[in-house]
Amino acid sequence: MQFILEPWPWYVAGPLIGLMVPAFVIFGEKRFGISSSFRHLCAVSPLKPKFFNYSVSEHAWSLVFVLGLVLGGFVANEFLTTVSTVSISEATREQLSQYGFTDFSGMAPNQLFGGLTTASATQWLVLGISGFLIGLGTSYAGGCTSGHTITGISMMRIASVTATVGFFIGGLFATHVLFNLIF
Amino acid sequence: MLKLFKYLLFGIVFGILLFKSEVLSWFRIQEMFRFHAFHMYGVIMSAIAVGLISVQLLKRYSKNETTQLLLTPEPSWKWSNFLGGILFGIGWAIAGACPGPIYTLIGAGHLGYLVVLGGALIGALTFGILNRNKAASEVEQCGDVPNNPVTSNEFIEGQHSYETQRV
Repeated sequence: MQFILEPWPWYVAGPLIGLMVPAFVIFGEKRFGISSSFRHLCAVSPLKPKFFNYSVSEHAWSLVFVLGLVLGGFVANEFLTTVSTVSISEATREQLSQYGFTDFSGMAPNQLFGGLTTASATQWLVLGISGFLIGLGTSYAGGCTSGHTITGISMMRIASVTATVGFFIGGLFATHVLFNLIF
Repeated sequence: MLKLFKYLLFGIVFGILLFKSEVLSWFRIQEMFRFHAFHMYGVIMSAIAVGLISVQLLKRYSKNETTQLLLTPEPSWKWSNFLGGILFGIGWAIAGACPGPIYTLIGAGHLGYLVVLGGALIGALTFGILNRNKAASEVEQCGDVPNNPVTSNEFIEGQHSYETQRV
């Protein structure tokens, strides 16, 4: 059972993630996607623009699904892992430490995501603005990596291929240009 | 309620997959955008390969109408797919998480992602304010049941994705 506790290699995890596409269509009678949950969470609030004026109950599956994602994270972190550090390549460590990221424990750097109560204003801004771009960007693009990159490309949707090219252009730009300005 | 329970299971399973494959890790995302390892590309490409094969098999052999409707791709694309994609990509690289991982990381105790989620909701709200003259059903979003003109009206009736709220 030791292999369950260790990180799963790409050739195990990747195909399992791919199986979400048919599983969702057959058993869920839905297209697999996550970013639509942002829209439905906005529609839950009583004060909202007309855009969100629709019955959320028809989309309750999406909110139940993301609740499952939270639970899955809890279960995996509590019971299914013994590893506390992601074994990224030495080259990445070296480049990241040049930006001041020296603590490689956990899934995300504590310098940026840890200690919310003691966090600096800059830290809050970086997290908030990157979140804002995720919410606004996925709304414009009509989906994210699960809806477009995994599901959409599997269905050979042109819109999804286009969006995925955009995802990578944006990500490369942020990594190789914006990182120098922010960190 | 029982009908919704399966989506909770889907969520738990997918959350575990995101965690165990480490694709929700900020470090892995950085490694990917710096082309230092094959891991992320391996996960994404093998997932798409399995997805592609399953979709083709289902299209060929499934007699289920809903399945066929869901698997019929819309032929059009818009600039917003591309430009919105770039905006999302920037957020993806800095926060090191796409929407699914944001939720899963919160569950795994990385509470900084609550701020990211808050930002994402403000982003989605902003989109709604900018598009206040439209209805959500007019703006295509993955995860919705498509309004496919090919299918008969009779069938769409039970499936329609957005019902305007009665006041």
